[in-house]
Amino acid sequence: MAKAKLMDYDKALELFEPVLGFEVHVELSTKTKMFSSAPNYFGGEPNTNITPTCLGLPGSLPVVNGEAVRYSISLGLALGCQIAPSSRFARKNYFYPDLAKNYQISQFDEPIAFGGSVDVELPDGRTFTVPIERAHMEEDAGKLTHVGGSTGRIQGAEYSLVDYNRAGVPLVEIVTDIIYGAEKDAPELAKAYVATIRDIVVALGISDAKMERGNLRCDANISLRPRTAPGEPPAKLGTRTETKNVNSLRSVERAIRYEIQRQAQILADGGTITQETRHWHEDTGTTSAGRPKSDADDYRYFPEPDLLPVVPSPELIEELRAALPEPPAARRRRLKQEWGFTDLEFQDVQNAGLLVEVSETVAAGASPQAARKWWSGEISRIANARSAEASSLVAPADVASLVALIDSGALNDRLARQVLEGVIDGGGSPQEVVDARGLAVVSDDGPLIAAIDEALAAQPDVLAKIKDGKVQAAGAVIGAVMKAMKGQADAARVRELVLERAAAE
Amino acid sequence: MSEITQEQVAHLANLARIALTPDEIESLTKELGSIVDNVAKVSEVATADVPATSHPIPLQNVYRDDVPGNTLTTEQALAGAPDHDGSRFRVTAILGEEQ
Repeated sequence: MAKAKLMDYDKALELFEPVLGFEVHVELSTKTKMFSSAPNYFGGEPNTNITPTCLGLPGSLPVVNGEAVRYSISLGLALGCQIAPSSRFARKNYFYPDLAKNYQISQFDEPIAFGGSVDVELPDGRTFTVPIERAHMEEDAGKLTHVGGSTGRIQGAEYSLVDYNRAGVPLVEIVTDIIYGAEKDAPELAKAYVATIRDIVVALGISDAKMERGNLRCDANISLRPRTAPGEPPAKLGTRTETKNVNSLRSVERAIRYEIQRQAQILADGGTITQETRHWHEDTGTTSAGRPKSDADDYRYFPEPDLLPVVPSPELIEELRAALPEPPAARRRRLKQEWGFTDLEFQDVQNAGLLVEVSETVAAGASPQAARKWWSGEISRIANARSAEASSLVAPADVASLVALIDSGALNDRLARQVLEGVIDGGGSPQEVVDARGLAVVSDDGPLIAAIDEALAAQPDVLAKIKDGKVQAAGAVIGAVMKAMKGQADAARVRELVLERAAAE
Repeated sequence: MSEITQEQVAHLANLARIALTPDEIESLTKELGSIVDNVAKVSEVATADVPATSHPIPLQNVYRDDVPGNTLTTEQALAGAPDHDGSRFRVTAILGEEQ
């Protein structure tokens, strides 16, 4: 596959206006699947959480999960949508073995929610209103593993293995209207939009919302339209591509930037954009062509005859509306105030998509500043180094435990960073890592005093300087002691003891 | 007479993965045409204020409680599979090598 030529980003923005659209799939965290009583759980042993309905076996019938309908209505309301007085399920027909029925139960012309908007905050503090066309209920598909072929990807595989544990997991697909006016902030807007959707579903408590586990997935549509001179009518919309498999906030931003640069170069060279699905590759930061849009996209939707209309009562809708958490913008204002963060500190957290993490860490007992420091600092650093999403590395509860260990004096910052790496590498909770590796700060003065006396004896000139009142000379001894203690000592306490012992000599 | 064409029938057959001979396409085009004509008579009596029916029984909001029930064992799940690897269904790859 030839490497695509990319136009400089600023140049691309001079020539073209990016036009966006997103489809975000949210897996609901109900106890059971959308249309069957199989547990809503996947990732374990293959094909263990399935019923005849999940497999579409003859004689099986779907029945709607009432809780999933309530979750979907709540989400629709949180997106500022109207809730349809009556909505229906439809069959989307296609041949692909990720569902055993040869169709997916979805909603087509009568989605449960439509016509909303979401206010998204850009890195510069501006609010951008993203129009929401609709949110509809559907079922997730099973997981295919492609075996054979050179790449392990779908292309060239010899055969595929299917696990239907995920088939039938309740999904809400949120579809935006066409988004104009993002301009140079298009990549940042994409990231901020997905982060806001994540904040909303977490606040609603309707999804685990872990992108790395596929609980929240984004398909990003983008096209470019040539700029026209002032006074001239706008150019026609360009052909769009749909980039799939974008599984982290970071990737959403990178994928949009990449597609803008790729499409701009093709158009500037006189080429045309193919309307197609493109796959995002996290490792190389590029997209590659998937299947072109074709006859296969003729899904022949028709009303699902096995299911009845969903007609939520006005009372139910109002009950769910009254139970909505505060909207994201209001929540952001409140958190900023409660946490006492500066504008810059808060924006750092928000732009990194770490509001949920910091908030959960604070809820687990850490101070807001400590929570911010670890998430924006060491955890983000490790995430960058490993090209991973910070939220996927460590649980907020573990970060709170780590902070508690520091506050109690059991760990200093340096040890805490080692403990954090241990937790991230699967060593268990912070306390378990401390126990397993013996990483706690030595708080007993005995071994410290022994090490100090040894260091003072080895550096008589330093001892003389300290006795002369040159306290800063103690640094050399403190350094030697910390080294002897392999860093597992509280430097402030070592300093106190060094000065004490020197005076006593 | 309806406007079902042989091209439409061939297209549908392709989408449904049904191989049809030219003779079958010709006869099906006629048959589908007359079915569509007959169904179209319904629209002559149905006025705009009659909503489309998707279900013959006038029921709505039939829901299930969100309580986990029994599941199949892996053996049961795979029992009818044409091919499997002991825990997963094995299917033929359906896309060719990337161009």
